[in-house]
Amino acid sequence: MFHEATLSSLRQGQAAKVAVLKAQGSMRRRFQDLGLIEGTAVECLGAGPLGDPCAYLIRGAVIALRQCDASTIVIGPAYAAGVLASPVSPLPAAE
Amino acid sequence: MGLSKSSTGLGASNTQLILQKRSEQDRVVALAGNPNVGKSTVFNALTGLHQHTGNWPGKTVTNAQGYCQFQGTGYLLVDLPGCYSLQAHSAEEEAARDFLCFGGADCVVVVCDATCLERNLNLVLQVLELAPNTVVCVNLLDEARRKGVRVDLEELSGLLGVPVVGASAREGKGLEALMREAGRLSATPLPPREPPVVVYSPQAEGLIARLLPRVESLHGGVANSRWLAAKLLDGVDPSLESAMGKRLRLPLSQDPEIRRVLEEVGPEREALRDSMAASMVHRAEEIARAVTKTENGGYSPRDRKIDRILTSPLTGFPIMLLMLLGIFWLTIAGANYPSQLLSQGLFWLGDQLGELLAWAGWPGWLRGLLCDGMYKTLAWVVAVMLPPMAIFFPLFTLLEDLGYLPRVAFNMDRCFHCCGACGKQALTTCMGFGCNAAGVVGCRIIDSPRERLIAMLTNNFVPCNGRLPMLISLIAMFFVGAAGGFGASVLSALLLVGVIGLGLLMTFAVSKFLSSTLLKGVPSSFTLELPPYRRPQIGKVIVRSIFDRTLFVLGRAASVAAPAGLVIWLLANLHVGGASLLAHCAGFLDPFARMFGMDGVILLAFILGLPANEIVIPLIIMAYLSQGSLVELSDLSALRALLVDNGWTWVTALCVVVFSLMHWPCSTTCLTIRKESQSWKWTAVAVAIPTVCGLGLCFLIANTCRLLGLG
Repeated sequence: MFHEATLSSLRQGQAAKVAVLKAQGSMRRRFQDLGLIEGTAVECLGAGPLGDPCAYLIRGAVIALRQCDASTIVIGPAYAAGVLASPVSPLPAAE
Repeated sequence: MGLSKSSTGLGASNTQLILQKRSEQDRVVALAGNPNVGKSTVFNALTGLHQHTGNWPGKTVTNAQGYCQFQGTGYLLVDLPGCYSLQAHSAEEEAARDFLCFGGADCVVVVCDATCLERNLNLVLQVLELAPNTVVCVNLLDEARRKGVRVDLEELSGLLGVPVVGASAREGKGLEALMREAGRLSATPLPPREPPVVVYSPQAEGLIARLLPRVESLHGGVANSRWLAAKLLDGVDPSLESAMGKRLRLPLSQDPEIRRVLEEVGPEREALRDSMAASMVHRAEEIARAVTKTENGGYSPRDRKIDRILTSPLTGFPIMLLMLLGIFWLTIAGANYPSQLLSQGLFWLGDQLGELLAWAGWPGWLRGLLCDGMYKTLAWVVAVMLPPMAIFFPLFTLLEDLGYLPRVAFNMDRCFHCCGACGKQALTTCMGFGCNAAGVVGCRIIDSPRERLIAMLTNNFVPCNGRLPMLISLIAMFFVGAAGGFGASVLSALLLVGVIGLGLLMTFAVSKFLSSTLLKGVPSSFTLELPPYRRPQIGKVIVRSIFDRTLFVLGRAASVAAPAGLVIWLLANLHVGGASLLAHCAGFLDPFARMFGMDGVILLAFILGLPANEIVIPLIIMAYLSQGSLVELSDLSALRALLVDNGWTWVTALCVVVFSLMHWPCSTTCLTIRKESQSWKWTAVAVAIPTVCGLGLCFLIANTCRLLGLG
C-alpha cells in the first residue's frame, strides 16, 4: 500500500509543499484560513520539549499543530528549508 | 485575558448589544483584526479610559466599547474579538461576523500587522467582501522597520480599493490619520468595489451572478449581496442561517429559486468551496507580494533563536519553572510591605470611624456591626488581596504582551492533550495562581466548549493569592524548624512547591477523569499561533493593569466581604445559652470535622470564608480567642502557640493545608463560573469536585496517621 508522506513526518529544518488536505468540515476550513492550501510551502520549525505539538512556518506566521492534525495534511517531497523561496502558484484552473 | 470590575457584578448577560452612544450624531466604528496585531493598543490609544467592557449578547466573549472625540465628532469604537476569519468556527468569529453584518457600524477599521501582512490579508479580504466601507490600518510599522520589512501603503490602497493608513500605535503614530479616514468614510460611505477585490473561479462567479438578483430582491439591502451569495454557495455556516433568519426572517437557502441553483451544483459543492477558499488565499498572497519588500520575512532569525531556547527539550521546562517561581517570589516578597502598610492604615481608619460613631452617639451594637464586622472584614480583604494582585497581574500581562505565554501553552500541550484537555489550560492555570476568578474568565481563550469547561472546573486546584499566605504560614509554623535563616526559607519554599505540585497533579488527574466521564468527547483540533516577540509597553501595561485590579479588588471587597463581615459579626456576638452562635456552630460541626483531621472551628472558618479565603485564618483566631471580631496575629510563634493550645498537631496542620488547597471555590469564583458556563449544574459540579477531593484526601491522611499512631 502506498504510504503518503504527511506534514507530521517533516523534521526540523525540512520544508515541503502541501499536496492534499484530508481533513473535512471545520478543521479543513481552519487550515484554509491559515493559508494551508494545495501548493503552500510549509517549513517545520521543530517540536516542543515533549515531542508534540510541532511548530510550522506557514506564509510568514508560526503555527503549532498537533501530530494527529498534521497527519491529515499530505505533502509532496521534502526539501531543506531555505533552498526554495515561497512558490507562486497559479490560480486553480476553471473546472 | 482580563478581569475587570464588571466581572464581580451579577449583571451582564444581555441579549442585545447596547451601543453606548453619547449622542445621536456619534458615529459607530467597528475595530476588527487578527489576534496579536496590536488592535487593543489602537483601541486603548484612541479611547483612553473611556471604555466599557461587557459581553457580546448571549456569549461569553468580551466586548469592549470606547468613546473617542475627533474634530468635533464623537466616535463609538466597538472592539470586535480578534479572529482569523469570519467563518464562525468559534464564538469570537461569530460575534465579529454578526456585528459586521447587523451591528449598524458606520465604518470598519481592520488592523493588520505589517510584519505578517499576507496572513492578515485573509481577514481583510473577507471583511472587504462583507463591508466595503472599510479602512485598513497597517500597524506595527516600527516593528516592521526593525525587521527590515517595508510595506508600500499606496500600492496596497490601490489594490484593495480602500484607504490604507500606516500606524505604530505603540508610539502613538498614525492614529490621527486613521481617525480622519474613519471620519471621512463614516460620513460618505464607499460603494462596493468594482471589480471585486477577490474574484473567484469562473464557475463560482457564474453561480454568484445567477444568485445575485434573487438575493438582492429578497434581502432588500440589509447586507452586502455579493457576500451573501458567496456565503450561500459556501454553505458551511448554520450559524449565519439562523442569524439571518432571526434578524430578517429570511431563510435564504430555503427560497425555491436559490435552492434550485444550489442543488444544481450538487456533488461539486466541496470542490467549489475549496476553490473559493483558495482564491482568497492566492489573492492575499498576490497582494502581499506586490506591496511588501522584506529582507527577513515575518519570522526573524532572532525570534527563531529565542524559540529554540524556550521550547527545546533541555531548556524549555526549566526556563518555564524559573519564570513562574520568579513571578511568585516577586509577588509574595513585593506584596509583604504594602500589605502591612495597607492593613495598618485601614485599621487606623476603622478605629477613627468607630470613635466618630461613638461621638455621634450611635449605639454600641451598631458600631460593632459596622466597624468591627463589616469594615474590618472589608479592610482585611483589601489589605491582603490588593498588593499581590497589583503585582501578579501586571507581570502576567507583560509576559502576555511579550509573546511568551503561547510558548508555555506550546510546551505544555502534550500533557494536557493526554488528559483530554487543551494546552491553553496551562495559561488559565497560571492565571489561577493570581486569582481563581481571573483564571476562570481567562478560560475564554480555549475554543472548544468542552475543554473550556474542564479548565474552569479544575482551576480551583491551584492556590490563589488569597490562599498562598495561609499555606506559607502553616508550612512555616508546623513543618519547618524553629531555627530561622536560609535553610528554613529554602525548606519552606520546597514544601510550598510540593503543595502546589500536588495541586497541579490533581488538575491533571481530574481533567483526565472529567474527559473520560462527565465531559466525554474527542479532543478538539488545536491550532496555536506563536506570535513574534514584541517589546511590551511596560509603563502603560502596568498602569492599566493596576487600575483594573484595584477596581476589581475594591469591587469584590464591597460586594462580598462587607456582607460576610456582617454575618460573621452577628455569629460571633449573638449569644444563645451562654455561648456565641459561632461557638454553637463550631460545636455542631466538630464531630464531622474530626473525621477529616480538623475541628469544628476550622471547618466553620472555611465555610464562612466562602466569600474570601483571606479571612479563614483570622476567623480561626477569632473563634479560638472567643473574640467578637477578626483578629490578626502577625507573630507566627504566638499564632502557633494558640493553635497548639487548641489541639492542633502537625497532622491537623497537614489536613488544613490539603483542605485549603482543595475545597469549594470562593463565592466570586463560583459566580464567575456560573456566568461563564451559563449553567447552575456545572457550577454545582465545580463546587463539588474540589470539596470531595479535599475531604477524601484529608480523610485518608487523618485516619492513616491515627492508625499508625502518628501526631
